[in-house]
Amino acid sequence: MAKEMLKGNNAIAEAAVRAGLEAYFGYPITPQTELLEYLSKRLVELNRVFLQAESEVAAINMVYGAACAGARVMTSSSSPGISLMQEGLSYIAGSELPVVIVDIMRGGPGLGNILPSQGDYFQVTRSAGHGDFHPIVLAPSSVQEAIDFTILAFELAEKYRHMVLLAADGQIGQMMEPAELPPMRPLMEKRPDWALTGAGDRPPNIISSIFLVAEEMENYNKMIQNKLKVIRANEQRWDEIYTEDIDLLVVGYGTAGRIALTAVEEAREEGMKVGLLRPQTLYPFPDDRISELADYVDSVLVVEMNAGQMLDDVRLAVGGQVPVSFFGRMGGVVPMPDEIYNAIKEAYTKTTAHKAA
Amino acid sequence: MESTTSIIPPEGMQLVYERPKALVDVHTHYCPGCTHGVAHRLLAEAIDELGVREKTILVAPVGCSVFAYAYFNTDGCEAAHGRAPAMATGIKRIDPSRVVVTYQGDGDLAAIGTAEIIHAAARGECITTLFINNAIYGMTGGQMAPTTLLGQKTKSSPMGRDAKIAGLPIRMSEVLATLPGSAYIVRRSLHDVNNIRKAKKAIVTALKAQINGLGFSMVELLSSCPTNWGIPADKALEWVEENMVPYYPLGDYKVIEAVKSL
Repeated sequence: MAKEMLKGNNAIAEAAVRAGLEAYFGYPITPQTELLEYLSKRLVELNRVFLQAESEVAAINMVYGAACAGARVMTSSSSPGISLMQEGLSYIAGSELPVVIVDIMRGGPGLGNILPSQGDYFQVTRSAGHGDFHPIVLAPSSVQEAIDFTILAFELAEKYRHMVLLAADGQIGQMMEPAELPPMRPLMEKRPDWALTGAGDRPPNIISSIFLVAEEMENYNKMIQNKLKVIRANEQRWDEIYTEDIDLLVVGYGTAGRIALTAVEEAREEGMKVGLLRPQTLYPFPDDRISELADYVDSVLVVEMNAGQMLDDVRLAVGGQVPVSFFGRMGGVVPMPDEIYNAIKEAYTKTTAHKAA
Repeated sequence: MESTTSIIPPEGMQLVYERPKALVDVHTHYCPGCTHGVAHRLLAEAIDELGVREKTILVAPVGCSVFAYAYFNTDGCEAAHGRAPAMATGIKRIDPSRVVVTYQGDGDLAAIGTAEIIHAAARGECITTLFINNAIYGMTGGQMAPTTLLGQKTKSSPMGRDAKIAGLPIRMSEVLATLPGSAYIVRRSLHDVNNIRKAKKAIVTALKAQINGLGFSMVELLSSCPTNWGIPADKALEWVEENMVPYYPLGDYKVIEAVKSL
């Protein structure tokens, strides 16, 4: 298929359709609304299920129901809407259901604004709902990656019977760039064995997240933790460039990672030995690779569109081997390449001065 | 499916009354004198009569009936507090040929889940809701419900419900009957045999409305909670009749023509 000019939100929606999305339930919120609008036409044309819910709370519980019925199902929202969905996310985690959630993140806290932000890193990777669980979190940095990760999201969700969150900042949702869509895949042929389809002549299927006996609840938790262990071992994804023979490693994801690349290239032209690692999965975090790189770089600079959230994960991966510094803009401000370049230069100068001393 | 009944008729005698096939043969966790058991049985009988057990999916609520799914021999799931109509919507939209039933209490349906029930009804979602109104929060130990009567003492209205503090009790059947998407909205009571029989008929009609794709159907059942009301079981049934029925009049609040001709 040829490349075409696609807007991020529309591209994600069409990619989901082509991944075999059977049902979508959502609620309008900027900057993700085009996704809902697109599917309101496309899914209905294809005779699949589209429903605009009365709230994000209802939308995620409709998703919960549709997932119980065994459908390939998705919702999308933006930061305040994801806050409202957290109840449902926790129940879905407590019921081991494969669902895909798209979060086109905007500036916060509160009503905040509708500008691109990565202020919800903790929300998506750490606190997607009450209880001990993590969604798989994919962070695209281009429209093409948004398409590819949408397909991947459904694959991972079904492979692990686990929720997958596509976390893109508003910039990815709103911008247009050339990208290629995959061919149409068929819908799921058969409902999973565990799905609620009516008991027929088999024993009833029950889907519930309640375990009143402490040991049973603990066993369920152990099962989730074991699954997350497998996910951490197998699904860490990242992109890296210029990471051989460097003194300074820059780490950034999504739009921040993309802008950081421009700054890194500028710094390299100036002769600085600097490279970039761009996490593509925020959970599982690519800490194995960052830990490896920390063995030979002299310092690490983290760049985010927030006050420093992934920073904690980088520090954990680096484990105190080398200094980790941070540059971030908040509240919907997208950093300019020059600002990141200056942060790189500062970190680099400090590092080389320290080395010389 | 093997029979779930535990009754073996003595030799030479004919079995004329048994456990519905749609009920599982287990003890429930409900308190003595609670009418949840009666409501469960009526729903199971209705499912049997219509021959839809094999394609029924029950959505249980948060509240005393949180384990309702464990008592029915049907597929089932457990919704978050108040969200059963949204969850049922998701299930029904995926396969409209299934019979989807939500079973919800007054805190679940008339407080935390008000938005979900109103919009499910407004959309004319082809699901059936059994609404258990016992004027109190049972599972959390007897706090005021949106349907608690004026002057009624509960753990969170210890001096009796005061309209100045807590407003007036909400009549959900009347509210939902105003919505164009609702096909069949009635209120029945479980306080005596005559009313229980009427309730059963209403549940059958509500399920038929769903099966025929006519829209949203709900049967509100005035129910007792002797434990949290702090009165004996027999007196609790009298309390339903004497106190609840006057504020929550029994009757048909919405029956569209297509349902009448079922």
